[in-house]
Amino acid sequence: MEKEINKKTLTQLAEGLRQGQFSSEELTQYYLERIDLFNGKINAFITVTREEAIQQARAADKALAAGKSGPLTGVPIAHKDIFCTRGIKTSCGSKMLDNFISPYDATVVKRLKDAGAIMVGKTNMDEFAMGSSNETSFYGPVHNPWDHDRVPGGSSGGSAAAVASKLVSAATGTDTGGSIRQPAAFSGVTGVKPTYGRVSRYGMVAFASSLDQAGTLTQTAEDAALLLESMAGFDRRDSTSLNEPVPAYYDAIHEPWQNLTIGVPDNFFDEGLDPDNAQAVKDALKIFEKLGAKIKDVHLDHLDLSVPVYYVVAPAEASSNLSRFDGVRFGHRSKNVKNLNEFYMQTRGEGFGAEVKRRILTGTYVLSAGYYDAYYLQAQKVRKLISNEFMRIFSEVDLLAGPTTPTPAFKIGQKTDNPVEMYLNDIYTIGAPLAGLPALSVPCGLVQGLPVGLQLIATHLDEARLLKAAHYFQKETDWHLHIPPGYDERER
Amino acid sequence: MSLTREDVQKLCVLARLEITPDEMADVLAKLSDIVGLVSQLEAEDTTDVVPMAHPLDQTQKLRSDQITETDEHQLYQKNAPLVEKDLYLVPKVIE
Amino acid sequence: MEWEVVVGLEIHVQLSTESKIFSGSSVRYGAPANTQANLVDLGYPGVLPVLNQQAVHMAIKFGLATQSEISARSVFARKNYFYPDLPKGYQISQYELPIVRGGHINISLDDGGNKTIRITRAHLEEDAGKSLHDDFHGLSGIDLNRAGIPLLEIVSEPDMRSALEAGRYMRKIHTLVRYLGISDGNMQEGSFRCDANASVRPKNEDKLGVRTELKNLNSFRFVEKAIDFEVERQISVLEDNGQVVQETRLYDSEKNETRPMRGKEEANDYRYFPDPDLLPVVIDKNLIDQLRRELPELPDDKWERFVAEYKLSPSEASVLISNQASADYFEVVAEASSGSAKTALNWMTGSLAAALNREDLAIEKSKVDPIDLATLINRAEDGTLSSKLAKTVFEALWEGEGTTDEIIQTRQLQQITDSNAIENLVEKVIGAHPEQAEQFRSGKNKVLGFFVGQVMKACEGKANPEQVNSIVRSMLKAQ
Repeated sequence: MEKEINKKTLTQLAEGLRQGQFSSEELTQYYLERIDLFNGKINAFITVTREEAIQQARAADKALAAGKSGPLTGVPIAHKDIFCTRGIKTSCGSKMLDNFISPYDATVVKRLKDAGAIMVGKTNMDEFAMGSSNETSFYGPVHNPWDHDRVPGGSSGGSAAAVASKLVSAATGTDTGGSIRQPAAFSGVTGVKPTYGRVSRYGMVAFASSLDQAGTLTQTAEDAALLLESMAGFDRRDSTSLNEPVPAYYDAIHEPWQNLTIGVPDNFFDEGLDPDNAQAVKDALKIFEKLGAKIKDVHLDHLDLSVPVYYVVAPAEASSNLSRFDGVRFGHRSKNVKNLNEFYMQTRGEGFGAEVKRRILTGTYVLSAGYYDAYYLQAQKVRKLISNEFMRIFSEVDLLAGPTTPTPAFKIGQKTDNPVEMYLNDIYTIGAPLAGLPALSVPCGLVQGLPVGLQLIATHLDEARLLKAAHYFQKETDWHLHIPPGYDERER
Repeated sequence: MSLTREDVQKLCVLARLEITPDEMADVLAKLSDIVGLVSQLEAEDTTDVVPMAHPLDQTQKLRSDQITETDEHQLYQKNAPLVEKDLYLVPKVIE
Repeated sequence: MEWEVVVGLEIHVQLSTESKIFSGSSVRYGAPANTQANLVDLGYPGVLPVLNQQAVHMAIKFGLATQSEISARSVFARKNYFYPDLPKGYQISQYELPIVRGGHINISLDDGGNKTIRITRAHLEEDAGKSLHDDFHGLSGIDLNRAGIPLLEIVSEPDMRSALEAGRYMRKIHTLVRYLGISDGNMQEGSFRCDANASVRPKNEDKLGVRTELKNLNSFRFVEKAIDFEVERQISVLEDNGQVVQETRLYDSEKNETRPMRGKEEANDYRYFPDPDLLPVVIDKNLIDQLRRELPELPDDKWERFVAEYKLSPSEASVLISNQASADYFEVVAEASSGSAKTALNWMTGSLAAALNREDLAIEKSKVDPIDLATLINRAEDGTLSSKLAKTVFEALWEGEGTTDEIIQTRQLQQITDSNAIENLVEKVIGAHPEQAEQFRSGKNKVLGFFVGQVMKACEGKANPEQVNSIVRSMLKAQ
């Protein structure tokens, strides 16, 4: 087996397998060893599916030998533990589902399996995807590989940390208010959240149904294009999935550069943004200018309201989505209860962690009689204003660009006592899901040794343009190639 | 905007979520902060704005009326904490 | 004081689709517990509902048949509450934008007049599962086969003024949904369920009294009896200067009383909001036109036609119409037979009804095909069969001995109309009874009956008695 496999991208691994540079079994074994070696430090995995992975890898090697390979045949990947995986524990980071073995595969899982990808495990996450730091997981916090005292971001923190530390070359994630892009920025990887409905939600444990969208955490935009091509598309089991053809993303991003107008919201750079982080983003915009893009100042009038809108809509939907966890058909069940009411109260009281409880109670509050109009309905109306504003801006620009987060990764425990401060941190990422827009984060610098991200947002179904811009950016820069200290192969 | 202990207790009953006495003070304080945050929405003028329930302007796709599922209750009930005679058991339901 | 009764009904009709409203599970009745509850019905993590087109079409048909407005855009909402038979902790229903709005149907009153009952709305929703209270060591068992079965909830305005009117309305809706083919209306199996909102107010008062919601009214009779009981109860509360409490009450048919439902006393806050898993249902005019063309003849139209075309009395027509199978049967018989419609109806209410009753069969399962009955009527009309033999043939038809004509043939039941044959018989009978012949000649006309009887006996009833009578008379006289 050749050296520095960990430096290879998903695209390179798939190519290497097809050319017979290494076998899928060797590759899978290689990543399983890295997981053994490093996962103890970062806690990125909840479950490692060793036997299944090796078995699948052997089958992949046979398929490769027979020339019957798919685009991802034999490549090891990981799934966020929010995706149902048949016969494998699917915990969603919660005590509630600690004993839950899914009897079915999520559509995303099935499609990637059909494309030939090998699942090596399920990654850690904030409980029910509710969090921006991966500290709400029942399985303990994930540590940022760049600094083990810091959070990797969340809720797809396990996937981001696993890819950043090269425990796997790519992983799936989900984004509701920034849960792919924010950990991508904090961990120094490429995170893509497609258009709402582009990827099926079937089999993805629901947090906020009108916002949730599955996406990718990878080293490069090229890898994301490769992965997304296999994941996306209409699913008859999800009637909110879009019945639109899936473009050949991988081919599209390799097309020649075409000039674009990139809008930069001036209020993304207000006082909340760390100056070094701001500088990294401004430097990134210069790269686009160098490529020939036109930079245009724009303003998001409702930016400040996007956080309150989100923290009404998402908890409201979550409070209802999480009602099914009642200990009757699956999941945690309280013992020694006297009656039905106690049964519900205690089962749910014991099964959910503090942040999930806060969101359920918030959601219950904003939907309850007397408050519905003031909160829920008002939030839906402001959501419309936010969406209208994006649509207006996208009639003038091709992409929006700005920081993904206000600061680099914060310390574990730093914000746990102040949920509102934590929520306000999501300000740059919340807009895209509210409007259903595709968005991504790519590494664009290091601030005091910590990665920061550039966020790009496109209009509905314009993933090809979005990924292509990120790909050209990555051709000009090497931020995405940095490996956190201590995770290089030589130090094994 | 701050909530009272009674407000939280009422919400806990609606959401069937037990909050222990130890947790109460913390829940109350943090929920009040959150309600304070979302109360910023009140100031925005939304006269004539149509509420947005979905991010995309799509309509419901329909399924043809066909039986596509088979009986797999044994597999599904492996996850169930308490089953007898193929029924899910719960504390006595009183009508 | 004189009191006025005010009743509105909420009827839950189970739509007769093949599969559930949001999943591909079968809806067949009576399957073993939980064998028809798949991941979607069980509310498993990650699953999503996908709406059944047939349920939407059925709801539209109901709307068209009740002159309702079909919403161009309707929305599914979640009704949030916890109950063990409700797997997701919410029921997918419709709230602000139901699929059907503002229709009406007419019911007939005893004075011969009609009354219009307004339909507020009809919306689609999913059914819940069932809690079984057999003893499992003090626990209840949950069967989720019923969870997700499509229901159309039909809500009336409080337009009914008596238990009797409520019963009429319910029967009318029952007949209608079966005509439309959108429900089997089987009440024993729970396909047609009714809740009533009942209140009383002093006569001539405009303001509505406090109402109670009555549940578990699973037959027409129970609806009437429960409302009667509840009205009496409310009146006696009010006359004792008490106040009616707005609450849900369960009807106990064994004790014939209503009582407050335990466990439902807590004020519910259902926190309805649009279901983000389902997009707005948009119904275009083309679909409505297409479904309108598919509508069958509706009961009221059929009633009018039966009265006009077949000259049935209003009450005869009503009885026939109330059961579509009876109406269809009647129409086949009436059209295929040469006799009057009344003759067809008499056969149906006579021999056929008796036979069906005897074996406890619905008319759909009649062992006599309506075409055979029509032929039977024709053979009686054309004189092939006497009325007595016609009854014999009917029984043979019931026993499956063949078609009408085959039975007549094999059993040789044709009426003997050939006068030569009858004269031969008469001659033999007279020859065998010279004494009685003598008595006739001496003026005793009464013995005529004796001879007719003997001839009928000799021909096994196959001759026409009137014809025999005149031949006997003329031959005795001629001797």
